[in-house]
Amino acid sequence: MTQKKNIEGSFHLTGGDFTNAGGASSELKSLLTNLGIAPEIVRRAAIATFEGEMNVIIHAVAGVMHYLVTPEHIKVTLNDMGPGIPDIEQAMQEGYSTAPDWVREMGWGAGMGLPNMKKNADEFRIDSIVGEGTTVEILIKVKEDESL
Amino acid sequence: MNVQEVVNSLSLEVQGSKGNLEREVTGCYISDLLSDVMAHAQAGELWITLQTHPNIVAVASLKNLAGIIITNKRVPEEETLRKAEDERIPIAVSASSTFEVGGMLFKMLRC
Repeated sequence: MTQKKNIEGSFHLTGGDFTNAGGASSELKSLLTNLGIAPEIVRRAAIATFEGEMNVIIHAVAGVMHYLVTPEHIKVTLNDMGPGIPDIEQAMQEGYSTAPDWVREMGWGAGMGLPNMKKNADEFRIDSIVGEGTTVEILIKVKEDESL
Repeated sequence: MNVQEVVNSLSLEVQGSKGNLEREVTGCYISDLLSDVMAHAQAGELWITLQTHPNIVAVASLKNLAGIIITNKRVPEEETLRKAEDERIPIAVSASSTFEVGGMLFKMLRC
């Protein structure tokens, strides 16, 4: 880990834009890799942010993915203008999805998105207001490579 | 074993990113659910799927997979092939079923 300063930025996400799906997460993944963050940490961040990006594309009109990378952690906040989630506990259950059939036919909407995000994050927070939107915040600790 | 050798042995037709077949294949993952692939596929594996839309390239790229095999004569979308080229993810097509392709690949990689 060579990075000393905080680095932040954001990506605008457009609901329904499946063609560019994964673009923001892919760019963030390259940025984290270039910062010298350990591949295992980058891998977890990439999975969590891709799932978050897909949630916005599938369910919302638009959203923003904001990232803050410090020497200690990667924090990503996804803020969307979507329908909101009436029952968060239910939405967090693996296999539960409200995605339409055509999205499921693409292999998305298996009800694994939010659980995958939580699994790959050290901290996970979700807030939602029905009719306004959803905010998901994940934090992944950036450790020195001490496992070796 | 690299992607080219798998392509030759299984008589696959490479349709996307034809110049990137030298990568070593470490294993295989079979799924048509993209979140499942994101959660469980490992870097260097080939991914066998029925999905043909461009998001498969984004998933394969993000997971650093060796390539994608589309089964049952399904035809990848134009945009999928274009993205495959950009991301250097080979896409090969087979007339055989997922069961057959997976079975042959299992023999090649594990037996």
